[in-house]
Amino acid sequence: MKLVIALILLIVGTLAFHFWSPWWFTPIASNWGMIDTTVDITLWITGFVFVAVNAFLAYCVYRFRHSPDRRADYEPENKKLETWLTVGTAVGVAAMLAPGLIVWADFVNVPDDATEVEVLGMQWQWQYRLPGADGVLGEVDARLISQDNPFGMSKNDPAGQDDVLVNSNELHLPLDRPVKLLLRSKDVLHNFTVPQFRVKMDLVPGMVTYAWLTPTRTGKFDVLCMELCGIAHYAMRGYVVVEEQADYDAWMAQQSTWADMQAIPAGNADVGKTTYLTCAACHGQQGEGNPAMNAPRLAGLPGWYIARQLKHYKQGIRGAHEDDEYGMQMAPMANVLANDTAIRDVTAYIETLHARPATNTLNGDPARGAGRYVSCGACHGANGEGNSALQAPRLAGQDDWYMKRQLHNFRHGIRGAHKEDTYGHQMVLMARSLKDEQAINDLLAYLNTL
Amino acid sequence: MQHVALADRPDELHDPQTFITKYVWSQDHKVIAIQYGSTAIFVGLIALVLSGLMRLQLGFPDTFDFIDPNSYLQFVTMHGMIMVIYLLTALLLGGFGNYLIPLMCGARDMVFPFMNMLSYWVYLLSVIILLASFFVPGGPTGAGWTLYPPQAILDGTPGYDWGIILMLVSLAVFIVAFTMGGLNYVTTVLQARTHGMTLMRMPLSVWGIFVATILGILAFPALLVSAIMMLLDKTLHTSFFMPAVVSLGENLSYEGGSPILFQHLFWFFGHPEVYIVALPAFGMVSDVLSVHARKNIFGYRMMVWAIVIIGALSFVVWAHHMYVSGMHPAFGFFFATTTLIIAVPTAIKVYNWVLTLWRGNIHLTVPMLFAIGFIFTFTHGGLTGLFLGNVTIDLPLSDTYFVVAHFHMVMGVSPIMVLFAAIYHWFPLMTGKMFDERLGKWHFWCTFLGTYAIYLPMHYLGFLGVPRRYFAMGTTDFIPESAQSLNAGITVAALLVGLSQLIFLYNIFKTLRSGEKSPRNPWGAASLEWQTADVPPHHGNWGKELPQVHRWAYDYSVPGAAEDFIPQNHPVTEDEQTEGH
Repeated sequence: MKLVIALILLIVGTLAFHFWSPWWFTPIASNWGMIDTTVDITLWITGFVFVAVNAFLAYCVYRFRHSPDRRADYEPENKKLETWLTVGTAVGVAAMLAPGLIVWADFVNVPDDATEVEVLGMQWQWQYRLPGADGVLGEVDARLISQDNPFGMSKNDPAGQDDVLVNSNELHLPLDRPVKLLLRSKDVLHNFTVPQFRVKMDLVPGMVTYAWLTPTRTGKFDVLCMELCGIAHYAMRGYVVVEEQADYDAWMAQQSTWADMQAIPAGNADVGKTTYLTCAACHGQQGEGNPAMNAPRLAGLPGWYIARQLKHYKQGIRGAHEDDEYGMQMAPMANVLANDTAIRDVTAYIETLHARPATNTLNGDPARGAGRYVSCGACHGANGEGNSALQAPRLAGQDDWYMKRQLHNFRHGIRGAHKEDTYGHQMVLMARSLKDEQAINDLLAYLNTL
Repeated sequence: MQHVALADRPDELHDPQTFITKYVWSQDHKVIAIQYGSTAIFVGLIALVLSGLMRLQLGFPDTFDFIDPNSYLQFVTMHGMIMVIYLLTALLLGGFGNYLIPLMCGARDMVFPFMNMLSYWVYLLSVIILLASFFVPGGPTGAGWTLYPPQAILDGTPGYDWGIILMLVSLAVFIVAFTMGGLNYVTTVLQARTHGMTLMRMPLSVWGIFVATILGILAFPALLVSAIMMLLDKTLHTSFFMPAVVSLGENLSYEGGSPILFQHLFWFFGHPEVYIVALPAFGMVSDVLSVHARKNIFGYRMMVWAIVIIGALSFVVWAHHMYVSGMHPAFGFFFATTTLIIAVPTAIKVYNWVLTLWRGNIHLTVPMLFAIGFIFTFTHGGLTGLFLGNVTIDLPLSDTYFVVAHFHMVMGVSPIMVLFAAIYHWFPLMTGKMFDERLGKWHFWCTFLGTYAIYLPMHYLGFLGVPRRYFAMGTTDFIPESAQSLNAGITVAALLVGLSQLIFLYNIFKTLRSGEKSPRNPWGAASLEWQTADVPPHHGNWGKELPQVHRWAYDYSVPGAAEDFIPQNHPVTEDEQTEGH
């Protein structure tokens, strides 16, 4: 009897949960409404079968429960009943399969007027490439990928020169225009997923895969990686901004092409040395940092990292949060640098400075910290040397008091919460795996030994 | 039968006398079954603890100090691999296959007893290698149980160095063990059935195990070659699965390999693996339902053919795991069609289980509770499979928690419900003792209701679009805060279900120490395993004479018969009105 009640409650409870659940597909933003319809058809058919089979099961358990003065029927087979059930099931299955195959045929066949956009995945970031004025994506090869050529562009293919390289995790798409996403990976499997678009596809190194859609709603949508790609898989995030054509054109005008990228001159350290005099007041003549001024050491940090932080300060991406006291001091100082050339020059100079070993100011246990560093080392390197390909700065040699404050800021969204701060956002997710102050002290104690 | 198996030639019969030959280096299929079973349950408990750790992180992120992104992925991977291979496959085939086949077929033992013994010890070796990976530098692999290259063998994945090598070696060793056992099961079913035991008189348990073993023998080699090729890619830098890649900023020397090739090989094994687990469960639950409903299994012939057809179809559906893998999209049409066709014989099995209860005389014993619970969970899990198998619906749901919820319902909870039904059902035969029924019922209610509380809500996280294998969700625009409370609820349910398994362990140990003696055939079962000379059966199973089989295994409540069951070895009398078989 208890079992009968339980079965009925489970059926009713399942239906109640389904109809009252606030957890359902996020509103769609693409042309794939037919996918949602197919889901609905399947839900109704399977829902009916679920209720019918289990209600009948509950009835049997109730009606034919054991009684000493009754015997079960003896009925090995019932051909007619079995045939009817088989045919009925086959019809139900066909009713679900047919719309599925029809929609799949749409998905497989990309419309001719779809524009191509390349999505490039790597551990654990997204980049994008657009065909440029000629409408043709230039040739690429994974073997050509290097620090100066992050997309692996072939220098011999003229079609590639005007390709727009978006070295950021944010892709913009024009509203109501079909787009074919060409998916490519530098290293391992990834999966490009925007839940509002409904469609997803893996990125596979060594080949180009695709998916297509027409964005039907403006907005900024999360991009998630949905194929396990290593330790920071869950932190591999990006954005797609769907906007009106005019806004899209404005965004496009700010992007640089492969040709632009090759033309960027190297920074001039001699000019930068003069600019650095302003910085030296707090950060020290040799970039050694000054705890009294809350100024971290700069010597030893890679130029690309300093350049990005300076730009972030200038653009209000870093140092704008009201709890970021010292960041807010730094922001106006960064504005002293007039343009990208000035930033390139000063970072070129800072790269010439030499770091001394870090000193311990915290009481942590380096042995325990070593275990915690495993997840960090995936990006920042086993010896804390940093990894420019992953946009992960050097940690070895940095002051522990400074890193402790930054970890605190990341954990509490004081740094890295700004939507433009791609890599900072990743650090927010990663820093939260450190649960308390002792964990941070242990970790930093270990870093001091590197 | 023309052939007389070695085990049936009494003068050559190996008759162990010492403790070591009886219980350690035993060639008795029943002892080997229990060795297999207890080892499998032991590793299964480790995997259960790992799932608890994962759930702690998911339910209460930013709380527990001992889980970081690295160890989280290791827990996920080891939980999955242990549960699928080292628990379910080993317990269903190595455990129940070993125990039931000779007894249900009326054989004295497996046809190759020495190889059978070897099978267990090689399995144990594979378990030791697997567990050793917890103690090597870098720990076990965290590549996910699917072990997809390139990431499985590249820096940036937990255990990419030692862990993955031990995992692949352990799998290869496991497959050797499985093959030795599997050849034995198939040969025994084909060659060592007793007089009168035709194929169409075999209990469905044997049919399920038999067909599952054939699937295993055909499917595991695909996993073996992929494990070997990946080992070569890892250690000798061959490029079977490895294209030119830039790993963490470093250009590696690989070139020309195909990650998708691995996925095809893996799922060519991986999908039949689902049925390697499911078919024995289908078979055993049929027998439990029939015995405790005091009624013949409904549509026996259809049930046999459904097992065979499902087994055959399971080899042509594998790429439904790969709809969004980047394989040629036209495959989607073929694999969606074959996948949904498999729903038909599977649905027939469900109908026939319920129709077996119809006009039965249902005893709600502990094994029966689990068997009926199975019908409910399997119906749910089977129906959600129609979402994922349909290529279009897989687009939004693939790689979300919907997938996790689906395969746990269909491949986790359901076979485990059957395993518990089977353990409680055959426990009196294996030990001669009767378990505590009250504790058994508590165990059922906690497990049945608890697992549904875990997995029903989890489907809805999937509809939301929450990705699987995420250490933490962080913030997104499309997942509401309330999803976190749902996750916390799931974790609480999962921990309770995990803890309630202690009731089961306590019941087993208590009964073994001081349990009541069980009647010879406590459930009144008609199949042959309950008709042995002794209970529990001794070595050689049948005393001097092999049993003579006169009927199928499902003569329950036969009109005109004195009792409500007629054992298979009883001759047909004039009073009874049976039909065929």
